[in-house]
Amino acid sequence: MIMQCIRRWLAPLAALLVLAAAPALAQAPVDVQFFYPVAVGGPITKIIDGYVADFEKDNPGIKLHPIYSGSYQESIAKAMTAVKSGDPPVTSILLSTDMFTLIDEDAIVPFDELIKTDADRAWLKSFYPAFMENSQTGGKTWGIPFQRSTIVMFYNKDAFKEAGLDPNTPPQTWQQQVQYAQKLTKRDASGNVSQWGVQIPSSGFPYWLFQGLAIENGVNLMNSAGTQTYYDKPEVIAALQYWVDLVKKFKVHPEGIVEWGTTPKDFFERKVAMMWTTTGNLTNVKANAKFDFGVAMLPSNKQRGSPTGGGNFYIFKKSTPAQREAAFKFIKWVTTPERAAQWGIDTGYVAVRPDAWETPVMKKYVAEFPPAAVARDQLPYAKAELSTHDNQRVTKALNDGLQAALTGTKTPEQAMKDAQRESDRLLKTYK
Amino acid sequence: MTRTRQWLYAWLMLLPAMTLLVLFTHYPAVANLWHSFYSTPKGARPAVFIGLDNYRNLVADPIFWQAFTNNLIYAAGTIPVSIALSLLMAVWVNGRIAGKGFLRLAYFTPTVLPMIAVANIWLFFYTPEYGLVEQISKGLGFPSHNWLGSQSTALGCLMVVTVWKEAGFFMIFYLAALQSMSPHLAEAAAIEGASRWYFFRRVTFPLLMPVTLFVLVNAVINAFRLVDHIVVMTRGGPDNATSLLLYYIYEIGFRFWDSSYAAALTMVLLVMLGVTALLQFVFLERRTHYQ
Repeated sequence: MIMQCIRRWLAPLAALLVLAAAPALAQAPVDVQFFYPVAVGGPITKIIDGYVADFEKDNPGIKLHPIYSGSYQESIAKAMTAVKSGDPPVTSILLSTDMFTLIDEDAIVPFDELIKTDADRAWLKSFYPAFMENSQTGGKTWGIPFQRSTIVMFYNKDAFKEAGLDPNTPPQTWQQQVQYAQKLTKRDASGNVSQWGVQIPSSGFPYWLFQGLAIENGVNLMNSAGTQTYYDKPEVIAALQYWVDLVKKFKVHPEGIVEWGTTPKDFFERKVAMMWTTTGNLTNVKANAKFDFGVAMLPSNKQRGSPTGGGNFYIFKKSTPAQREAAFKFIKWVTTPERAAQWGIDTGYVAVRPDAWETPVMKKYVAEFPPAAVARDQLPYAKAELSTHDNQRVTKALNDGLQAALTGTKTPEQAMKDAQRESDRLLKTYK
Repeated sequence: MTRTRQWLYAWLMLLPAMTLLVLFTHYPAVANLWHSFYSTPKGARPAVFIGLDNYRNLVADPIFWQAFTNNLIYAAGTIPVSIALSLLMAVWVNGRIAGKGFLRLAYFTPTVLPMIAVANIWLFFYTPEYGLVEQISKGLGFPSHNWLGSQSTALGCLMVVTVWKEAGFFMIFYLAALQSMSPHLAEAAAIEGASRWYFFRRVTFPLLMPVTLFVLVNAVINAFRLVDHIVVMTRGGPDNATSLLLYYIYEIGFRFWDSSYAAALTMVLLVMLGVTALLQFVFLERRTHYQ
């Protein structure tokens, strides 16, 4: 009865509505939902809203809906839930390491099908190759670098002077890092430490900082197809041994798990003289360090190195061709050299393309504040961040192993072998 | 006629609450059970029926067992302590003492603060070298210790935060019950010459049993439900030492996207909580006095 009613009355009504709306639809602007996370301090949402307003002024046919979606972790959770419920955003900034997860969920489209002109191809080649490593797999480009970072070392120049070290030459090698750290560690008579030499945070995502050590020791942790990890290679175990030695053997690094979030504060409080952290903290340190500080590339062992980090643009599959074109247009617009440069200056992220560093505004900024260029100079040595299929799980296996070794419940060798076994089990189905 | 009417009224009255319960509690629970027998759909691969495979994985999963044991330790540590403490505080601020209002407020403050804020405050309390805990222990001459960063103390530290947060909340219930207790009882006991401890043990405490039951049910639920501070303070680390069941479920479900395995884990939690609630109502009910 009810169904009949609906059929008799509602169906013609709906048809009428569609007919009435059709001409309006044809002229309506293309709607593009856009999720973005905020992971560093500063008025990021305001900057993004400004970009969107400017872009819409240039492109009246497109209506962008920027949606602030929390941290990276919350953003991927929201995007994936939206994918599963069939209503994803058109584009989103998500971690570059989420690439395989998004591909496996069949959630995103490669940029290759949007790139048609020579100008587009040139644009795609304009980014730093180190950033593209986490954006490409299987010969296709799935993500466009936007807010990207690397690890650098911040050090306290005053502490260097006190310890009789030259404040303008930070440690260049692992060996020097140990020697400097020994000089910088202050102990009282009863053995209590008031200032540690060096600190590498190990809470939450220790794999990222550890990757720096592994690359410096000559190997990265995975293949580019995302189907194999190398956690138990001798070089990787040796890298972990070095980290553990900083704590246990040389006693220049705090015991146990070092919290990522409080590490900058430890640095400001002079509890640690050298810290490893993201370049994204540059603005934070500049504002809060009450002493003269320096920024340095990570020390090398067999080579220099750091993983890249941060977020890429993705375009979701469940969108109309017009929406994809519009999103692509916005992504190209927001990654022009001038905007990439301004974004880097405003946020502390590394400007993602070499020509951004040649813009007048960036040149002026670097001249006034040379530490800003350290991350750029390190980029030629940078490698892809750990990213595989079933990424979060494979990464957790490593995180657990690292924490077990650092807290002393497993030897580095045992910890890495266990992590590799778990990773092999997880990746078995992707080979 | 009247009977049908009454019947109709009753159902109409129940309808709003029931709609919500069915929609947001019962249906999800049943759907969850259903999903736990299927594999996780991924991209082009749809979900297929895999029977008890998820449950077999669960039995073989060492991290699940660790989270499970952690959670039992966590419950056993936080529930009795927070209840005992809340009762003590309630009796204390119920008496005639100076600054009573201020004391009550002070005890209740932790409850008003959001868990995320609390966790951030405590994160800095526990910070090595210059955190509050360290400053006190250093002042007393103890060596420095990384409280959240070592496997032996991390879970204990989280338990302290939970007790600190919950005791004030439970105190309010005890306080309300104590306030509504007739003063004649105390007078009668005084005339009979009962000591204060005897009076508390034989009169006050039994009369508080309904409140204790209520508080206990809440404490048990909270012990399995509150994981906000873990997200902020340890993220389950070091090496899963502070991973609790619900946090592990979140990790599996929303970081690893293995929703069907998460569904199986959720069933374990659901059954456990259901059984404890049932036991509490069946056994404690008998020993509980309602006035």
